[in-house]
Formats: sequence, C-alpha cells, structure tokens
Amino acid sequence: MKPKTSGKSDGRKWHGTVLGVLLVYLFLPVAGTLLFSLARQWQDGILPDGYTLQWYGSIFTDGRFLAAVGRTLLVGVITVIVTLALMVPVIFVLNVYFPKWERLLQISVLLPFAFPPVVSAIGLIKMYSSGPVAITGTVWILIGVYFIMIQPFIYQSVRNSLSTINAKDLVEAAEMLGASRMAAFRRVILPNILPGTLVASLLSFSMIFGEFVMSRMLVGGQFETVQMYLYNQMNTSGQAASAVVVTYFALILVLSGLVLKLGAWKPKGYRSAQVEEE
Amino acid sequence: MARTSSIQNKMMLLVLIPLLVWLGAFELVPVLRMIAMSFQNNDGQGFTLGQYVKGLTNPLYGKAMLNSLKISFISSVAGLIIALVCSYSITRFTTKLRDRMIMISNMITNFVGVPLAFAYMILLGSNGMLTLIGKELGIRSIAGFDLYSEAGLTLTYIYYQVPMAILLVYPLYNGIREEWKEAAAMLGASVWSFWRHIGIPVLLPGVLGTFSILMANALGAYATAYALTGSNYNLLSIRISALVSGDIFPNFQLGSALAVILAVIMIASLVINEWMASLSRRRGL
Repeated sequence: MKPKTSGKSDGRKWHGTVLGVLLVYLFLPVAGTLLFSLARQWQDGILPDGYTLQWYGSIFTDGRFLAAVGRTLLVGVITVIVTLALMVPVIFVLNVYFPKWERLLQISVLLPFAFPPVVSAIGLIKMYSSGPVAITGTVWILIGVYFIMIQPFIYQSVRNSLSTINAKDLVEAAEMLGASRMAAFRRVILPNILPGTLVASLLSFSMIFGEFVMSRMLVGGQFETVQMYLYNQMNTSGQAASAVVVTYFALILVLSGLVLKLGAWKPKGYRSAQVEEE
Repeated sequence: MARTSSIQNKMMLLVLIPLLVWLGAFELVPVLRMIAMSFQNNDGQGFTLGQYVKGLTNPLYGKAMLNSLKISFISSVAGLIIALVCSYSITRFTTKLRDRMIMISNMITNFVGVPLAFAYMILLGSNGMLTLIGKELGIRSIAGFDLYSEAGLTLTYIYYQVPMAILLVYPLYNGIREEWKEAAAMLGASVWSFWRHIGIPVLLPGVLGTFSILMANALGAYATAYALTGSNYNLLSIRISALVSGDIFPNFQLGSALAVILAVIMIASLVINEWMASLSRRRGL
C-alpha cells in the first residue's frame, strides 16, 4: 500500500470522531442527571432557571438515605470478606495441587450467568420465607446471594494473578527452601496476589452497590439498600433522586480509578526478575 | 513419607467444603427446588406438565417471550454493531488512550438498572431535556418520543449493551495482526478484500459468542425495565417476578415453569458462546 498521508489523517479524523461520539453517547445520561441534580427549578426551558446544591444537602441530611448507604456498605464489606476468605484458599489449592479439579470452579462460576437473579430468586423465596431458616427480609439472605453473584469475578482475578506469578513454581521453591505449605501460602503467594484480589474486591463492591433485583425480591423495604432507596425516591422527588444517582456514579468513578491504579501495580521485584532471566 | 504427603494433600481438599455448602444453599438447592415446583399443580402437589403447557400456550406469556426475544435481539445486534465500529477505532490509538476507553466502558457497565432508567427519564421522559430540545427545534421524532414504549425500552437496553459489547469485542481485534494487513496489501489485496477474506472470518466466532452473551444479558435483565415501566411492559422477566412477588395472588408453580424456560434459553446462549470460543481456539487465535 502506498503511504498516503492524506488518507492516514482522514482515518485518524474518522476514528477520533467515532470515539468522540461514543463518549458523548455514554456520558450524556450521566451529564443530564448531573445538571438535573444541580437545578434549582426547571420549568420549560432547555436549561434550568438557577443552580443549587440543596438536593445534595437534602439527601445527605436524610437519615433514611444515610441508613441505606450504611446497610449497603455493611452488606458489601461482609460479603467481600467472606467470599475472599472462602474462595482464595480454594482457588489456590485447586490451582497449585489439584489442577484437574479446577473444572469444578469453572462450573460454579458459570452458575450465576445461567440463572439470573429473577430466576434464582424463586427457589430462594420459597426456601427461606418460612421453615427453619426464615431469613428473607434480613441481611443474611443478601450476603448469601451476593456471594454467589461476585464469586465469578473473584475467581477470575485470583486465578489470573496466580498464573501471572507462576504460583506452582513459587510454592515448590519455597517448600524446597524449608518453608511449610502454610508459610509458603501466607508469605509468598498472598502478598503477590494482593493487588489482583483488591481489584476484584473493588469491582465486586461496586456490583453490590448497583444490585436491585435480589434486594427487591428477597428483602424489599425491610432492609432498604441504596438501589431500593433510589427506586422509592424516584417517585417522590425527582431531583433528590438525581442527586442519589450522581452520588452513586461518583462512587463508581472513585472505585474505577482505584482499580486502574492497582491494576498497574506490579509485585515488587517481579519485573526485574524477568528481565534478569532474559 | 509419600503416604503422609498424599493424606496431607487430601486434607487440603477440606477447604472446598464451605464453598460447596454455600453454593448448595444459595444456588443449587434453590434451583432444584424451582425445577421441582415447575412440575407441580397450582396447589404445589403431584406431577404435571400443565404449567409448561400454560406458559407456552397462554397468549399473555407467549407475547412476553416474544417481546423479550425481540427486544433482546434488536438491542444485541445494535450494541454489537456499535461496539464493532467503536472498538476498531479504539485499537487505532495509543495504549494509554485504549486503556482509558476500556476503563470508561467498564465503569459504564455499572450504570444499569434503576439509575439508568432514571437518567433516561431525565433525558427523554415526557418533560426530558432532549424532548424539550426536540420540541424547540420542531423535531417530532424526539419531541413525541415515548420512553415507556417498546422503542424507549429498546433504547435503554442498547445503552447498557454497548459498553459490555465493547469489553467483549475489543480483545477480538488483537487476533488480527498488523502484519497480515501488510502482507495482504503487498499481495495486492484491497482493504475491502482483506476484511472480506481474512478479517471477518477471523472475527466471526468471537462476534457470535459475544452476541449470545449479549442476548443472555438482555433476556435475564429485569431492573431497567421494571424501573422504567413498572409491571406494565410485558417481558418474560417481569412476568416471572410478578408471579412470585407481585401484587396479584402468587403462583410459584407457573412462575417456576416460566423461569425454567428462561434459564434454558440462557444456558443455550452460554453453550453457543463456549462453542464459538473453542472454534476460535482451534483456529489458533
């Protein structure tokens, strides 16, 4: 192909335009909501009549909103910690010592995709509404189902971290040098998979903050989460609801920023060791 | 020595027990319970295929399935086309910008459900910003747009399919190496014939796999539609939820049968995706 400079810059213009349009498309709903949340009054004009922060003031002094945020934080933190505590050892053991059994995990991580919340909620309502474990309407059922929802992401990320650091070789080396298995796991593997695990935890956390279906079908108003609060607020005060949406988006933004920072972080000495090898 | 170590190895499998118990209690047993319920009559007794017959022949539920498939199909195709164009443009930029765009897409995938429905109401509801602009400029298709209709719902579905599709399509372009393009050009192939004979066949399995994931994503979705139209718009997921937790008298057996039908469609989509992925792998991509 002849290197046509004009053709190349045309291509560049085209691709730039495509990305520009895409960004406008993706951010337009967010921008609209932001504008709405800052409007003092909005009659028929295209732009609001005046600007104010009163809607943010009103939600951040609303005890019900703060309680909903607190509840969601509580469920998120507990679920992520429990999921990590249960999943990380399993993924490690299967990945390093029983690779053949990993198929089991691959099936378990597919389950939430095969049975979306609206489907799996039916059996859960039936099982946990009465009888020995009547936990619908409480925080416990949410922790139970959110575990199922986030485990695929924890699995994916921890497994990727383990294969990046060649966990099997590291453990063998540590054992050869006299470390016990437990010590090898705690002092060699855990510090190395920490960043990847943190990334997965943050992603899981933002998923839990955005979850609505399970919280509506299994818990309802008895344990109001952020999304339930937003749903109820939508029908009472639109502008307060828009302030909630913007706050939610700001949270996702911060979490994504953290993910980006952590994702770029490499285990200490990892890169230089590779260079030496070459 | 070897013996103790093998016992030690087996002991390590004990870490699996809590996970298995958890999966059983909150996923497997509830799903089995639901499957069992789908074969019971309205009183929760006996064994019957009646719920499936009702689910598949009753016009209300038939229409719900059709609506769900239609809206999922249109939003998946539209999302996929937008993602194919945009992802390719993304690959034309520097690594830093590419990572930024992927991060933005990742972030926007969280903007679904209630917040998305609400944001679209602000933009395109009866007094929405774009609606007002449309009125001002006299563009009737925008001014008279009904967000709470099928078209409106499809539009919101496309919005959440796009970033998801970009995340899935973008890595596929890595399979097409710059050298192939150069080689094809050197041998006299036009840009079009490169894509026709090499580019598209290489991308195809991954694109079909992505399509099936998007279908599954839209079929199982509930929150966006519910927040936008309540239980007014007739979709399969809305019907299922209304049957087990709505205002009407609950019918878990019929709800279960509909849920099993939905799950079968979802699993079929996942199998197709897996199949397409292995096709790509076999071609050495």
